[in-house]
Amino acid sequence: MSCIEIRNLHANIEGREILKGLNLTLPKGEVHALMGPNGSGKSTLSKVMAGHPDYQVTAGEVLLDGENILEMEPDERARKGLFLAFQYPSEIPGVTIANFIRAALQARLSEGEELDAVEFYQNLYKKMDALEMDRAFTSRAVNDGFSGGEKKRNEILQMAMLEPSYAVLDETDSGLDIDALRIVADGVNRLRGPKLGSLVITHYQRLLNYIVPDHVHVMVQGRIVRSGGKELALELEAKGYEWVIKEAGLEVTPEPANG
Amino acid sequence: MEGLVELKTTKTGNGNTTVSNRPEWWLAGQQQAKARYEALPMPKRKDEAWRFASVQNLDLAPYQPAVSVSDAERARILEASVMCFEAAGHAVFANDQLLSFQGANDELQKKGVIFEPISEALAKHPELLKKHFMEQPVVLGSEKFAALHRAQCNNGILLYVPKNVQVKLPLAAWHWLSGANGAVFPHTLIIAEANSEVTFTDFYRSLDEQPGLAVSVTDLLVGDGAKVNYLCCQSWSEQALSFQLCSTLVGKDAYAKSLNFNLGGIFSRIESHSRLAGTGARSEMLGLSVCHGKQEFDQRTLQDHLAPNAWSDLLYKNALNHRAKSIFEGLIKVEVGAKQTDAYQTNRNLLLSGDAEADSMPGLEIANDDVKCSHGATTGQISSEELFYMLQRGIPRHEANYLISVGFTEEVLERFGNAEINEQLREMIADKFRRGKNVKVEAAGDEAIDETNVRSLQGTV
Repeated sequence: MSCIEIRNLHANIEGREILKGLNLTLPKGEVHALMGPNGSGKSTLSKVMAGHPDYQVTAGEVLLDGENILEMEPDERARKGLFLAFQYPSEIPGVTIANFIRAALQARLSEGEELDAVEFYQNLYKKMDALEMDRAFTSRAVNDGFSGGEKKRNEILQMAMLEPSYAVLDETDSGLDIDALRIVADGVNRLRGPKLGSLVITHYQRLLNYIVPDHVHVMVQGRIVRSGGKELALELEAKGYEWVIKEAGLEVTPEPANG
Repeated sequence: MEGLVELKTTKTGNGNTTVSNRPEWWLAGQQQAKARYEALPMPKRKDEAWRFASVQNLDLAPYQPAVSVSDAERARILEASVMCFEAAGHAVFANDQLLSFQGANDELQKKGVIFEPISEALAKHPELLKKHFMEQPVVLGSEKFAALHRAQCNNGILLYVPKNVQVKLPLAAWHWLSGANGAVFPHTLIIAEANSEVTFTDFYRSLDEQPGLAVSVTDLLVGDGAKVNYLCCQSWSEQALSFQLCSTLVGKDAYAKSLNFNLGGIFSRIESHSRLAGTGARSEMLGLSVCHGKQEFDQRTLQDHLAPNAWSDLLYKNALNHRAKSIFEGLIKVEVGAKQTDAYQTNRNLLLSGDAEADSMPGLEIANDDVKCSHGATTGQISSEELFYMLQRGIPRHEANYLISVGFTEEVLERFGNAEINEQLREMIADKFRRGKNVKVEAAGDEAIDETNVRSLQGTV
């Protein structure tokens, strides 16, 4: 089956368990929203899926089209078709956006195959135009001195160029004003289709006005506690998270400062 | 070292340098320098100016002045002396003898530009050399090696740019070292008169991977309102010993920019001394070293502010792999009267292996209070977040490390700012990183360099 299937996933950071038996299925062709209070482990899930070295998986599986990716290096997972749009994308001084994306595309070709430079730039410019990014960005160093909005647009540009099968968008709306949010959301919506499954992680319903999800999952204390249609997001917006937490039989704890 | 003291001050063989065409003052200077060289002690570990340097390895005994190259070597050298930028003139020296020379074009000559090998200039322009040759102070520790250079130097470049003359295209010299245990003494003297402008590049290279010795001196005299860009592109054999002394004298409202670009040598001492002598003088001092194996780059700098309203900005970056080592010791000195000085100093070291070592000693010495000065040093490894970001895009680890390392060097090239020359430097950097993959270095073992050897100091005033 074409999907990402997460089964009973447990993961730690520095000995502290953050994911506590998480189950989630993201079929290709759908957009799922992952919501939850701060500190529920949403960002941790995205990093564990991508293979961040700070996290240790203690149990469970993440199957990408049936293949467990947890034993793979992060770059191998990416080449299998997993893309993570970072909440805080790294700055890479001295490496231009063009060279960076070229290296990523080149890594997907078989040995001896060379990326066609002319086609590459045509494609890059087309996608930058759609995201209302100045072409001068191609020769700027990756995220170096970028505003929050520019960084997020750069994430979506990379997603458009790399054409992943599955994308996890981690708090892509954070730090964006309404215009930037619309541009980024339009960018994501253009990529929607039968070839892409997206997991949109967000704390607020606001983003989901622009990227309307097929399903909504609520994550609390390292587990999915409730799933539903897009109306669930509206309900959470109106009533907050407390009722879901209580219904799940969990204790309501004050939100920590960061998620 | 004894071998060099005893060596003849003239060359035999098919060279064009014989004692007969040397002026008397030149020969007398050589004799005095010889005496100075003999009188001065070799650097010791406890000498402040040589702190952290592996001075115990500085044995000059094996080296002799390099002899003339064979016809086969000559052909290989000329073939490899390639610049990927257009030059207004260039010279190729091998073992201190001139192999090929393309002088400044007619137009520049008509304007009075002098671009000559020193061997020729001694006959044609003795007054310029007499006045300026080796007249800059050597204060950063290599007095002995400066004396050796004076005693042994036979060639190099004299570049004189008259008042108000702008030389648009760069000029260049190649200095080749060929043969095992040869010694060369390249010299570059640039005199830029008021409001003139010129760019000059020295390429230092070895024909083969063999031990050798190079003791070079570059003096840049930048007249009032003049602008000089200088690049020293050092890629001697990775078994060579190199001493590279650069001094810059910057006049009123003049601008000097120099880049010490270092790839070669097993031990390379780099001294760079800029004197901001005129009001409003500006000096940009750049350094970039990419080192691997057991290479050591020992860099000492001085930004000497003598006049008010002057600006100096230094950026030295070192990328170190395997068991390579870098030392950076820099001083900003603001003399009494140098009011409203703007002076900055930054040293950044990228450790690409746990066994690499970077010692950093930035310093300030300020004799008045109306100044803006800062210095800082950082030493670190490739950020794991940057690496993870690249891996997540599917870029393999070795390629990600390579891109980040090359990216680290870009800042210096951007500051140097010459697009054509930078292309050549980028190719050399890429080649050095490629070669680095094949370097085998035995495990650190007993002499293991532990984390405490990685010093990082930081300060701001």
